[in-house]
Amino acid sequence: MSSTEATPVEQERERRGEVVLSVRDVVKHFPLTQGIVFQRTVGHVRAVDGVTFDLRRGETLGVVGESGCGKSTLSRVIMGLERATSGSVDLLGEELVGMSEKDLRRVRRHVQIIFQDPYASLDPRMTVGAIVGEPFQIHTEVAPRGDRRRKVQELLEVVGLNPEHINRYPHQFSGGQRQRIGIARALALQPQIIVCDEPVSALDVSVQAQVINLLERLQREFDLSYIFVAHDLSVVRHISNRIAVMYLGKIVEIGDETAIYDHPTHPYTQALLSAVPVPDPEVRGHREQIVLEGDVPSPANPPSGCRFRTRCFKAKDICAADEPPLERRGGPPQLSACHFAKELDVVHAVH
Amino acid sequence: MSTTEQPSRHADGADRVSMDGRRARATQAGSDSIGFDESAPLLEVEDLQVEFRTLEGVANAVNGATFSVAEGETLGILGESGCGKSVTAQAIMGILDSPPAFIGGGKVVLRGVDLLTLPEETRRKVRANHVAIVFQDALSSLNPVFTVGYQLGELFRRHRGYTKADARKEAISLLDLVGIPAAADRVSDFPHQFSGGMRQRVMIAMSLALDPDLLIADEPTTALDVTVQAQIMKLLSDLKAERNMGLILITHDMGVVADVADKICVMYAGRIVERADVHRIYANPAHPYTKALLESIPRVDLKGRQLASIEGLPPTLTKLPPGCSFNPRCFMARDRCTHEEPPLYDVGGGRHSACHYYEEVLAR
Repeated sequence: MSSTEATPVEQERERRGEVVLSVRDVVKHFPLTQGIVFQRTVGHVRAVDGVTFDLRRGETLGVVGESGCGKSTLSRVIMGLERATSGSVDLLGEELVGMSEKDLRRVRRHVQIIFQDPYASLDPRMTVGAIVGEPFQIHTEVAPRGDRRRKVQELLEVVGLNPEHINRYPHQFSGGQRQRIGIARALALQPQIIVCDEPVSALDVSVQAQVINLLERLQREFDLSYIFVAHDLSVVRHISNRIAVMYLGKIVEIGDETAIYDHPTHPYTQALLSAVPVPDPEVRGHREQIVLEGDVPSPANPPSGCRFRTRCFKAKDICAADEPPLERRGGPPQLSACHFAKELDVVHAVH
Repeated sequence: MSTTEQPSRHADGADRVSMDGRRARATQAGSDSIGFDESAPLLEVEDLQVEFRTLEGVANAVNGATFSVAEGETLGILGESGCGKSVTAQAIMGILDSPPAFIGGGKVVLRGVDLLTLPEETRRKVRANHVAIVFQDALSSLNPVFTVGYQLGELFRRHRGYTKADARKEAISLLDLVGIPAAADRVSDFPHQFSGGMRQRVMIAMSLALDPDLLIADEPTTALDVTVQAQIMKLLSDLKAERNMGLILITHDMGVVADVADKICVMYAGRIVERADVHRIYANPAHPYTKALLESIPRVDLKGRQLASIEGLPPTLTKLPPGCSFNPRCFMARDRCTHEEPPLYDVGGGRHSACHYYEEVLAR
């Protein structure tokens, strides 16, 4: 940040809490192998390729991007479920990359996850009590054995379920209620960070708002930090303080929610936002529409230079030669990885 | 098919004003024997009833749906899962799984002919030739063991009696029409070799193959990324305009409907609770459910306010609450709502609302 005086946005950031998660240059490559008995590596899928960001206490970082951009792999690396190929993930002062399995288990307590599909992520043969209480069996220090049932009932109450339903099975609940069970399980170990991987996309519209409101209330109550991974950009805007836009394993633009949504500078962010339909027929035909051609290239063989150049409407020769670094460009405060970054409002109606 | 077409042309004396290639081909398909009246409205659905006879009891999946679609018009059917929107589409197409689904009553009138009275063999001709559907999940709608060219060509071979080579040519030009690059090469690819968006384009190509007058798109973009969704929606509305088709767009996404629909039916628990043109419904909804839905969704162009959530869950269709189905979740439910089922009131200005207190909703 090279600005001379702190803008209101930056002052706001100062007021936010300390950094709880610091991700630096994280790379996760999956080897592509050939052969059945003698396997040899023929290439790599570069799922996450140099991602850097900080997460502060009480903050929500929204991660958006199309399928295959690496947002889920990134959240698995942060969870310690995948080992990063290189880079550094600093969680509450402890380095996750290269940590022993035993230590990792202990540290993982502080990062929990809420999955997308509330039907697949709950074991149908376990009662709600057993599901929500299972984390206590691994992290025995959080709740003594005799105390667990009461703890689970407390958790159910916190997420708006009837504590008397502790002996029921997942199939006796609706989709929204199941997602609440998943949230209760994530809260059990009093984590600092919760990764929400598409937490509302499997839910009906009228139920989505209930779960979003619950997540917001819990954040205030427990001072949680969220990493909110989703493809619905309207939902992400609603819940997030900061937004990271990913494309083919890299962050192309990152900054405060207002900066990204109201003053996007990267062509990909602009295309993404302009594609989001607004539930208001009056703005039809009055919004900037950028329709991208083609599909996302394969992450096993990304384009040279800027990865977005093959679909970019601004691409010039320099884009194929030089990879644009993620840095502050011109007026708006966010970081943008485009040689030709220029602000363009695509979300609101232009008259 | 190819042998029966010529003699029957104009046999019913129907007045064919438009004799462009499109209509001429439709005639060849043997539509005259069905007795379609080209001057009649495109589609009129009246009091459609579909029930599912299950072990738990009879579920009225569609309970008295009435709406119409004209040429070049887009009707959005909006609702949550289980509200009956897909069943409505399947009933129009005549592809309900029966049992457990049965048509309980009503009419589906296409160009003056009630499709529900036609024998199955005739309905087969109506499908693809006159009414076509695009499903949500393109991968499971395409056969994985045949090339897309074969599957597209099959329509021409079966319905038009084309030779293999001619059918393949048609398939290539269709793939080209829906914007698949290098169509001539890709025609012999298998469905798994296409990306999600491209597969949906193949589905659209297939639905357009025999020049239908009415296209039903059942959640066509739900499984796709936003940028691809924008491409597909643009393709659909361009093709609709170009061919002057009627389009029924079934979705749960209030943003997508606002972008393309001319009029909207909002469904809840098997009933149409509000029917109006798109501008009025968003500016000033006349049913509490529509109002609550609009207030419960976040918008990409606004930030701030707490989302007003609708408490509770949609009811189970076999155990509908008495009176208005929405009353347990309604913010303004009264005593009357719990025992008297509201009819679809005419609110004026061509809009209808199934709420006893629609005047109050409008005034709020």
